[in-house]
Amino acid sequence: MKLEIIISGFGGQGVLSMGKILAYAGLMEGKEVTWMPAYGPEQRGGTANVTVIVSDEPISSPILSRYDTAIVLNQPSLDKFQPKVKPGGSIIYDSFGILDKPSRTDVDVFHINAMETAAELKMMKCFNMFVLGGLLKVHPIVSLESVMKALRKTLPERHHDLLPVNEQAIIKGEELIVKE
Amino acid sequence: MENEILLLKGNEAIAHAAIRCGCDGYFGYPITPQSEVLETLSVLKPWETTGMVVLQAESEVASINMLYGGGGSGKRVMTSSSSVGIALMQEGISYMAGAEVPGLIVNVQRGGPGLGTIQPSQSDYNQATRGGGNGDYNVIVLAPNSVQEMADFVDLAFELSFKYRNPAMILSDGVIGQMMEKVVLPPFKPRRTEEEIARECPWAANGHGLKGRRPNIITSLEMDPVEMEKKNLHLQAKYKEIREKEVRYETTSCDDADILIVAFGSASRISLKAMETARKQGLKVGLFRPITLWPFPEREIREMARHLKGILTVEINAGQMVFDVRAAVDGSVPVRHFGRLGGIVPDPDEIVQELYKL
Repeated sequence: MKLEIIISGFGGQGVLSMGKILAYAGLMEGKEVTWMPAYGPEQRGGTANVTVIVSDEPISSPILSRYDTAIVLNQPSLDKFQPKVKPGGSIIYDSFGILDKPSRTDVDVFHINAMETAAELKMMKCFNMFVLGGLLKVHPIVSLESVMKALRKTLPERHHDLLPVNEQAIIKGEELIVKE
Repeated sequence: MENEILLLKGNEAIAHAAIRCGCDGYFGYPITPQSEVLETLSVLKPWETTGMVVLQAESEVASINMLYGGGGSGKRVMTSSSSVGIALMQEGISYMAGAEVPGLIVNVQRGGPGLGTIQPSQSDYNQATRGGGNGDYNVIVLAPNSVQEMADFVDLAFELSFKYRNPAMILSDGVIGQMMEKVVLPPFKPRRTEEEIARECPWAANGHGLKGRRPNIITSLEMDPVEMEKKNLHLQAKYKEIREKEVRYETTSCDDADILIVAFGSASRISLKAMETARKQGLKVGLFRPITLWPFPEREIREMARHLKGILTVEINAGQMVFDVRAAVDGSVPVRHFGRLGGIVPDPDEIVQELYKL
């Protein structure tokens, strides 16, 4: 089992940390993982992306030509990565930042209304965990238990009171995602 | 915890490994994409545990001269920077080579020339493997291709550097520095005591052991050309020994290969994926990865070339290592180069397309 993922959105949406938590969860399950960020000014706005690979086998390249799954959270990300999804792969998008919806017909397209729901529930800081929940529903590459372990490991201890909210966000995300 | 598997950036792994392999001092100046080395050391505060000094110098020029002083007193000292900063250090590295002072320099390369870009590149290959500064000298150059090797090569570089009294470099790049992977940190090794340093480095100018010997002098200056030629011949003899004994490389799927990719560092990881794809398409491709860029594994490549139709070097530069490969095979097989420039990293499919052009 191997999943090659690109996660892309605005800087500040939690794209990099979502990838990190996913990679950490893979590590918890003894899998091979790589996390390769587009580093630089993206962290201060603009489009940020990270390539995450979770695999049972050793990973050759952290840099990819094509992806099994693209999680796109704004229009530039969709435009850039839609052509790079493997046939039979999947695109997960949040329509909040997207005007022209995914047009590929040879991949599975999933929609997640994460931004609006997070705002409604006043859980904006957990936006990325809604999206992660959506991903795990579609591709259960790691268990929720491992993700929670990963969160415990990556969140500084002073924020551990936020673990239950993050878990709720992941579970809500699993409910929110719909196939088009 | 020993043997714990961690998820770290390459830059973070360098910092952890430095503390664990008995490093006495780190001197550096922040620059993307390697600032996490200094940042991680500042978080880990080794001065409170092992006594390792961590200092943000006022510039790269200051850092390398602190290395010259620290190494000259027999201490395990290191610096890290990225391309532009390493360019500034060349004078000091040349002095260290001339005065035979050990020390570790980590270059997490970014694109140039000049200030260039903060994105990954391998365009300092020539600078690293040709010495980089003035005079006839070489620096021992190790090229890690994983976060694990970033951790493992710190101790190896120090060992080689002290064994040969020569500066050593870890030549990495923005991909390996910034990516996170699983890593098991090296076992903890205490810093050497003053007595151990005095015993292992009888040449060191450390203010000790003056009884019974003349003061040690660390210098690269020699006004008498006869003496200076002797000194150069001594250095050349040392470099010859290093070339004979310290070549390191890795081969993958080379036994039945008729096409060989030669690539180092991050380019070797991307090439490995390209090789897997090409093999599925029926091409018999192998991968040769130089681990030491100087000394370069020329003999090993030459021997392998006898069974090949062609060689493709994949480098994130305009073609630098390709000349070493061509020199190694001496016209016996065609050697092509493929690379991307300016901070663009080639993707595996681009490399596969290049393989069909051989």
